[in-house]
Amino acid sequence: MSPGTLWAVVLVASLGCYLLKLAGLSVPAAWVERPWVTRVVTFVPAALLAALVAVQALTSGRDLVVDGRLAGLAVAALALALRAPFIVVLVLAGATGALVHVLTS
Amino acid sequence: MSSAARTAVLRDAVGLGVAVGLYGVAFGAAADAAGLDPWQALVTSLLMFTGASQFAMVGVLGAGGGGPAAIGSALLLGTRNTVYGVRLAPLLAPRGLARRLGTAQWVIDETTALAVAAPDRGLARLGFLAGGATIYVVWNATTLVGALGAAALGETAQAALDAVVPAAFLALLWPRLRAGAEEPAVARRVALGGAAVALALTPFVPPGVQVVAAVVAVALAGRPREGAA
Repeated sequence: MSPGTLWAVVLVASLGCYLLKLAGLSVPAAWVERPWVTRVVTFVPAALLAALVAVQALTSGRDLVVDGRLAGLAVAALALALRAPFIVVLVLAGATGALVHVLTS
Repeated sequence: MSSAARTAVLRDAVGLGVAVGLYGVAFGAAADAAGLDPWQALVTSLLMFTGASQFAMVGVLGAGGGGPAAIGSALLLGTRNTVYGVRLAPLLAPRGLARRLGTAQWVIDETTALAVAAPDRGLARLGFLAGGATIYVVWNATTLVGALGAAALGETAQAALDAVVPAAFLALLWPRLRAGAEEPAVARRVALGGAAVALALTPFVPPGVQVVAAVVAVALAGRPREGAA
């Protein structure tokens, strides 16, 4: 993606996110506070974040790929289950990814 | 308002501000991994200023996704802030257009939590402003640190960074699935469904589109039905 296109993506997505914030302060509450709207908004993050975890850990372009990223993810899941702080989770995942890279290259 | 109550609100605001700093470094690094230069990473934090949407945008770009899918996933996560705005409007009551435009930029998870938890409207405003200011400064500074730091990495360190990005998404997801979250059983089904649909679509659609499609598929599967309770 060219730098110009990237800038356009950054600016359009930023403007859109700002307008979503502004809309909440500006529209009548009844428009937003419907049961199905709040339900979708509650659960969209779980679906989106899980999809991103899967895609970031297991795909490269249109291929499914197993490499150090999956090992790092498994270690991260274990650390999260043991209630490790965020920074510890990231460091352990990164160290695992680097180790697999060194061992396999 | 008592000074003890003010001190408590300010302490919470600054504490949250420092805590998001780590996520700022992670975002800067993820932005670099996705091909954004440090300026683009910083401008994203300055203008978008809503962490989950920012992570989603660079996540899709990092997976090779196109502009529309990256923008779409950022907006899907940005809808949360619309609901927060509705809750905050009566608490903050921003008077005049300029004040409303300025207030809107700081409507995010953390400032909403601070304002809603405050015992009265004066403290709610204080929490929102102090939290917003602290988080805004720390988030942007740490974004730049992460982006510049990641840009200077060698090949093994890049492999480490590649493993850090999905772990960061998992860390953002985890609290929503744990006991004590809002309907964790539903959230777990939704998360499994989202991941499964995204992986199943990966070979067949342009990169990034599977992420947005997974969310739409899961939302449609849980849509309200005629006659449902």
